Amino acid sequence: MDSTTLAAVSGNVATIGYGLGTLGPGIGLGIVIGKALEGIARQPEVAGQLRTTMFIGVAFVEVLALLGLVTGFLFT
Amino acid sequence: MCPPLSTWECALSIVATNLLLAASDSDSGFHAPSIAEFFPAPLLFGGTPFEINRIIMVRLITAAILIIVMVVAARRATLVPGRGQNIAELGLEFVRVQIAEETMGHNARRFLPMLTTIFFAVLAFNITGVVPLLNISSTSLIGMPIVLAAWVYVMYLAVGIRKFGLGGYLKNNLVPPGLPVFLYVLVTPIEALQVFLFRPATLALRLTANMISGHLILVLCFSGTQFFLFGATGILKGAAVVSFTAAIAFTLFEILVAVLQAYIFTLLSAVYLNMAVEEEH
Repeated sequence: MDSTTLAAVSGNVATIGYGLGTLGPGIGLGIVIGKALEGIARQPEVAGQLRTTMFIGVAFVEVLALLGLVTGFLFT
Repeated sequence: MCPPLSTWECALSIVATNLLLAASDSDSGFHAPSIAEFFPAPLLFGGTPFEINRIIMVRLITAAILIIVMVVAARRATLVPGRGQNIAELGLEFVRVQIAEETMGHNARRFLPMLTTIFFAVLAFNITGVVPLLNISSTSLIGMPIVLAAWVYVMYLAVGIRKFGLGGYLKNNLVPPGLPVFLYVLVTPIEALQVFLFRPATLALRLTANMISGHLILVLCFSGTQFFLFGATGILKGAAVVSFTAAIAFTLFEILVAVLQAYIFTLLSAVYLNMAVEEEH
């Protein structure tokens, strides 16, 4: 069966890849920070603890998006 | 950074010098920034292992400034702090209260010197990304973060093994209690990768990637503004306003990122160290 090209992308595909790669972490960061804010609003007295835990979570989610950035440069 | 000026004046002066720099080394036609930004031509000792390029030079200058500032703040320390000492103490207290004691509790005192060193080193090396004339953060090359991450890595393995012994440490970290037996086939390798590879690797990578992306965005905004002003014709010149505003906004954002990354790096170091030494619960 011969294949027919229906559409082609020119330029650097990594740009598209990174765009897709940020979607998940973007949603994740929204959930992490939103839930932390919710918790702080409910219980302002534990705000410090919640904020610290939030930043740890943010760091773990954020590194996924940054991996996307790095792979874009590595695998050109 | 510059106390007599307001934040806006400060940002404007940074932006102005950056714009001049962008203008000085570009001809007509737009050059998009690339990863080559981070591998500039050698300045001194080219070809030898001690080659010094712009980023290494910035590193050396930053280290010297950091040491001088800290020594001066410490030597003039008085019971009633002056203005300079106050700022230094604010930073030290932030690390002690917000990072060390918040995550480590009673273990905090033991690791405080290390965490303080890491915080101020990372902060100083990050902030050069927005300092006029230096304009690149030395943590945007992976070497510096690797050294810091390796320090944390060796440290948490060492304190963990010293406290529980090799077997005890591995058991604590690789075999979390309370799972069905067949799940350990899956969990133990993942935990091993986590402890021995992912923690230090992501620690270094997070910092570097943040600084790389920040620098690329700033270069893009400034060279874009320069291109729109001097290279473009007609209505397209108006786009310079947009990219210039973006440049100011991202400069302020980069200051935030520099501080935030220093905080996160130190916070995660504290968390990893605490995981290694805390008792089973």
